[in-house]
Amino acid sequence: MTEIKRKRVGIRMPAIGGQGAVTAAHIIATAADYEGYYAVSNPFFGAEKRMAPAESYARIGLEPIFDRGEVVYPDIIMVFHPQVITMGKSYTMPFYSGIKRNGLIIINSEEDLLSKEDREYLESLNVRIFSFPATQMAAEIAGTELATNMAMIGALFGITRIVGTEAIEEGIKARFLKKFVASGGTASLDSALERKFKKKLELIEKNVNTAKATYELGLKWAEEHGIEPFLPRPTAKV
Amino acid sequence: MQKLSEELKNRAGQRIVDPEYLLFEAPREKVFMTGSEVVKEAVKRASVDASVSYPITPQSEAAHLIGELWVEGYVGVYFRGESEFGVMSELAGCAMAGARTITTTSGPGTLRAMENFPMWAGSRLPIQLVLMARGINSPLSIQPDDLEVSFLLDTGCMIWYAENAQELFDMILAGFVVAEQPDVHVPVVNVINGFFISHTRESVMLPPDDIALPPYNPYKAPMPPIDMEMPPGRFLRDPFVMKSNYISYATHTSWQFEVRAAIERARPYIKKYLGSLIEEFGDPEAEIVLVSAGTGAAQSKEAVRLLEDEGVKAKVVKLRTIRPFPINELREAVKNAKVIFVPEFNVVGWLEREIRRYLYKHSDAEIIGGPRVAGGMTMPPEIIVKDVLNYLGKEVKHVY
Repeated sequence: MTEIKRKRVGIRMPAIGGQGAVTAAHIIATAADYEGYYAVSNPFFGAEKRMAPAESYARIGLEPIFDRGEVVYPDIIMVFHPQVITMGKSYTMPFYSGIKRNGLIIINSEEDLLSKEDREYLESLNVRIFSFPATQMAAEIAGTELATNMAMIGALFGITRIVGTEAIEEGIKARFLKKFVASGGTASLDSALERKFKKKLELIEKNVNTAKATYELGLKWAEEHGIEPFLPRPTAKV
Repeated sequence: MQKLSEELKNRAGQRIVDPEYLLFEAPREKVFMTGSEVVKEAVKRASVDASVSYPITPQSEAAHLIGELWVEGYVGVYFRGESEFGVMSELAGCAMAGARTITTTSGPGTLRAMENFPMWAGSRLPIQLVLMARGINSPLSIQPDDLEVSFLLDTGCMIWYAENAQELFDMILAGFVVAEQPDVHVPVVNVINGFFISHTRESVMLPPDDIALPPYNPYKAPMPPIDMEMPPGRFLRDPFVMKSNYISYATHTSWQFEVRAAIERARPYIKKYLGSLIEEFGDPEAEIVLVSAGTGAAQSKEAVRLLEDEGVKAKVVKLRTIRPFPINELREAVKNAKVIFVPEFNVVGWLEREIRRYLYKHSDAEIIGGPRVAGGMTMPPEIIVKDVLNYLGKEVKHVY
C-alpha cells in the first residue's frame, strides 16, 4: 500500500436532529484547534426538529482552511444513526457519496447495515468501515443516550489519532462551560441535560469518560487493522 | 492620543482608544468562535449607543447577543422592533438623534426593510447593518444565497463583504470609523454569507475587551442632529418635490449624486482601515483569475490550491468592497488575465455584471460568469477547478 499523505481531513457527520452532531462538530474542531491544527466546524440544517436529517462538518488541516459549507468529498463519514442508512436520512444518497480513497466510515450500529454492493464499492476505494454500538456504550457509561455524540467523537480520534484524550476533554469543557448556546432549542436541551445530570461538571466527566472509552476501542481497532494516523503532527502555527 | 486614551472612558467603563490602536496595534488573543459570536465581540468594543433587532434565521443569534451586551451595559438602547421595516425605521430615528447604531438582518428581512435603506443614505445616517445573506422566498430557503445583495447595490449604502469571522470583526469596527467620517457619512452594510460564517466556528484574534472605539460625535456630521428646519428633518417634513418645479427636482438630483460621491470619498479611509479594497491570493502573474467576494472568494482560494496541484497557475482577486467598487484595483489585478471566472452564490450573477461593467474596454480577458450555486447549495472548490480545467481542455480527474 502506498503511503497516504494528507494535509487536511474533511469529516461529514450525517445524523438525525437531537443527536448532537452539531455539538460534536464543534467539539471536534475545538479539540483540533487546541492540539495546534487549523480547524473549522459548521452545521447545516433546515428547520430544526428531532428525527429529521441534520448534518454537520469539521475540517482539520496543516494549513489555513478557507473552505465552507458541506463537505462534499469527505475523508471521513460518521454515521450517527442507523436511519441515515436504512431510511436515507442523509443529505446525500448514498450516504457515502463523494468519499475519498483510503477514507474511513464510522457507523453507530450493532448490525451490519451495508449491502454487498456498498461494501464492494467502498473496498474498491480502500475505505475502512468501523461499526460499533455508540448509543449503547453512551447509555452504559454516561447513563444516557444523549452522550452518543461523545462516543462518536472518541472513536473518531482513537482511530485517526489526530488528537489525544486531553484535547477531547478541552473541547468538551469549552462547549459545556460556555455561557451562551446557539438557539432556544439547544438551550432547552441543555437545561434538560443539566437536570438529568444535576451538575455540569458531573456531565462533563461522564461525557469525557464516554469519549475516552470509545477512544481506546477505536485505537485498538486501528492498530489491529494497521491504520496509520490520519494526519502528520501539526506544525507550529501563528 | 495616548494621553487621551488614559483619561477617557465610555459608558461601559471601557478605555477609549484610537481606532488605529484598536484595529492594528492592541495585542490580540486567539479565541475559537462562530461568526455570530464575533458580531458580539465587535459591538462590545464599538461604543454602540443603540441597536434594534428582529429575529430571522440565520442572524437571530447575533441579534440576541447584541441584546446581551445591552444587559451587560455595553449598548445604550436595545429593543425588538415590530418587523424589519420597524427596525430600520427606528434605527434611523436613533441615528438622527445622534446615536451610533447597528443591526443585523437576513434575506426576506432585508427586502421587508427595503424602503429604509435609500432613506438612510439620503438622510446621511452612518448606520451599520450586518447582513447575513440567505435565500429570498419563495420557495423557502434559510440557507446562504446572496441574491439579496443585488437589491442593495444602488441604495446609496456602502457595501462591504467579509470572507470569514476575522474579517467580519475587523470590518464591523472599521465600518463605524469609515461611515462616520464627516465627508463620507453614509450607511455601511457588512455582508457575510449566512451559516458559512454566522454558524461556522473558527479561530479569531481579538484585542482586549476593556478598550473601545471613541464614541460617535454627531456634531461632526455633515448635517446636524435632528432639527426640523435643517436637513434631514427639513426635507422629511417639507420635501423638495412639494415645490413641484424644475429647481426642486434638480436639488433632488444633486442630493442623490452627493450620496454616491460620499461613497467614493470613502476610498482612502477604507484603504487606511482595511488595508485595501481587494485581496489577492495565488500566483500574482497568473493568466487565470477568479474574481469573487465572501465565501465565493474562500472557495476560490481552495480551488487555486487544487489547481496548483494540477500544475495550473491561477489567482483569486477577492473584492472586500462592492460599494465603493474597487475599479482601479480590479483593473490592475487582472492586467495579465486571459480568462476571468466569477464564482457566485446566486443565480443572477450580479457580481459578474459589476465586473463586466468596470472591465469594459479595460481588459481583453474572456469573462465567464460562474460557477454559480444558489438556494443554500455549497460550492465545492472542485467544481471551480472542473470549470477551469474544462476551459483549458484538460482532463478532470480530481473528483473521485
